[in-house]
Amino acid sequence: MASVALTNLDPASRAAARGWSDLTIRNLFIIPTLVFLIVFNIFPLIYSLGYSFTNFAANRAEPWQFVGLQNYRELLSDDHIWSNFVITAKYVIVSVAGQMIVGFGLALLLNRSFPMKGLITTLLLLPMMMSAAVVGLFWQLLYSPSWGPINYVFRLGDFAWLSNPDSALYAVAITDIWMWSPFVMLLSLAGLSAVPQHLYEAAAIDRAGWWYTFTRITLPLVSPILLIALIFRTMEAFKTFDIAYTMTTQPTAELIAIRLYKQAFQQWDTGKSCALAYIVLIMVLAITNLYVKYLNKVKER
Amino acid sequence: MAAVRTSSEVAFNRIAIAAVLIATLVFLAPIYWIASTAFKPKELAVSVPPTVLFEPEVTPFVRLFTKRVQMQKTVDPQVYDAAPWWEKRIYDGGERVLKVGKDVQLSQYPDRFMNSLIVAVISTVLAVGMGTFTAYGFSRFKIAGEADLLFFILSTRMLPPVVVAIPMFLMYRMAGLNDSHIGLIILYVAFNLSFSVWLMKGFMDEIPKEYEEAALVDGYTRMQAFFKIVLPEAATGIAATAVFCFITAWNEYAFALIMTNRRAQTAPPFIPSQIGSGLPDWTTIAAGTFLFLLPVAIFTFLLRNHLLRGVTFGAIRK
Repeated sequence: MASVALTNLDPASRAAARGWSDLTIRNLFIIPTLVFLIVFNIFPLIYSLGYSFTNFAANRAEPWQFVGLQNYRELLSDDHIWSNFVITAKYVIVSVAGQMIVGFGLALLLNRSFPMKGLITTLLLLPMMMSAAVVGLFWQLLYSPSWGPINYVFRLGDFAWLSNPDSALYAVAITDIWMWSPFVMLLSLAGLSAVPQHLYEAAAIDRAGWWYTFTRITLPLVSPILLIALIFRTMEAFKTFDIAYTMTTQPTAELIAIRLYKQAFQQWDTGKSCALAYIVLIMVLAITNLYVKYLNKVKER
Repeated sequence: MAAVRTSSEVAFNRIAIAAVLIATLVFLAPIYWIASTAFKPKELAVSVPPTVLFEPEVTPFVRLFTKRVQMQKTVDPQVYDAAPWWEKRIYDGGERVLKVGKDVQLSQYPDRFMNSLIVAVISTVLAVGMGTFTAYGFSRFKIAGEADLLFFILSTRMLPPVVVAIPMFLMYRMAGLNDSHIGLIILYVAFNLSFSVWLMKGFMDEIPKEYEEAALVDGYTRMQAFFKIVLPEAATGIAATAVFCFITAWNEYAFALIMTNRRAQTAPPFIPSQIGSGLPDWTTIAAGTFLFLLPVAIFTFLLRNHLLRGVTFGAIRK
């Protein structure tokens, strides 16, 4: 079968006819994965789509009733949910903007040769490899109003970062910036190192200033990769659960994922949670679509 | 760098390098805080002003793996002399190490750590195994709607864990898989599989087709060519993918928090749960965290040349 050819060999030749056919191998290699993903990701989502139209509560034995679109209607007119979305939006903006600035800044500083560059780059990447839940826990200690090193270093007295309703969300965002700026840095470094040196040399010959070189050469050439970092971090920040959940219980820092968790597993409002999960899911899929589009674009270059 | 450098360029370069060093220190400070707390005497963990330099202690680690009581009177010198050195450090602090047996249960940490290890290792083997085959399929064969299928595969990775966890919790409850290793392993395989397919596809695309063609001409079947030619060529890629999958499963929190509570609970939900009411013993928590973070730190260094590829699902290779 020509459409699934593994090689350029003549399909009628002996070498191409030996053993299992290409079609068999292709199906054998690909179908189990697709089936696994459908069974354990897609089927559960269809299941929860069904529940999103009911008043099912997983902790009660009484039978559920079909309520149509009521869950969705209630959610979309619930001020509490809207405030969770507003909190999430604030968090995404502050934390992603911080990561982009710090990460790209670090990459600009690192984009030169100096001793032990490899080691220092790897050390800088450590935060993003760590477990967000554990990171969140220890930032509680760092932020502690009574013995935390942060308040000591910045002479902030007993300022309670995480239990102050005005600062809790931003304290979590700062931790997230610490954790994920290295991600932006890593991508930016790849972008910066791909800028052809001769462009800088030409700019130097023309006596172009630093700012001119930066805005006319560096930024345009790095922007595709920066965009990927931006979209990916936006999606991840939108989904944030671990780090915020382990750091603070302030209602002002209740991100949408935390709201969803509480509604589903603490209030056991299962039907409505399924509906909220779907609203969140659609938003995440929209960003994913965008991400894959730009990822493929950069890949083709 | 241009060949001719002005003195202001040299000065700027120096400032930039100094700034890099300062930034590195700032970024490493929180990690130093975790690591150093793991070696602090109890009272220095929450001292005012915070203690940066101190004589390291092993007692937090001893606490992690023993049960102790406060001593009522001074310990019998003979018992003290017979005790191993690390136990002496506990006696010095006014506590007595209990023999773990029927009545005395060890802390839950070693169990949780083992759970993390079991779940992460098994799920990694399965995800990378399946992912390698599938990646080869996508890399070598023409597939109708390939781009859509790959998008579908990747999109399963992007689903927020809490969203997937709600129906999975209900289904696991019916199947009796809540708080089981198998249940968590299935979730982690599902979560890592898409990543493994994408990353491995990048590695497979780099192996020239001609290698297999030569093998086929030499009398190999396609399967033999895959196992004897392609797999050895892909070894580095498989190892890198495995390390990434391991780290993801090792660090995962939301699924573990929702799906496990005792028997199969892993370290990430367990470690923060130790902060309850009262003053927590940060040194022991830090000791557990230190051991938990150590493999990830080592793997980060081993992976350093593949990190970019890993975080972009194989799309950007450098």
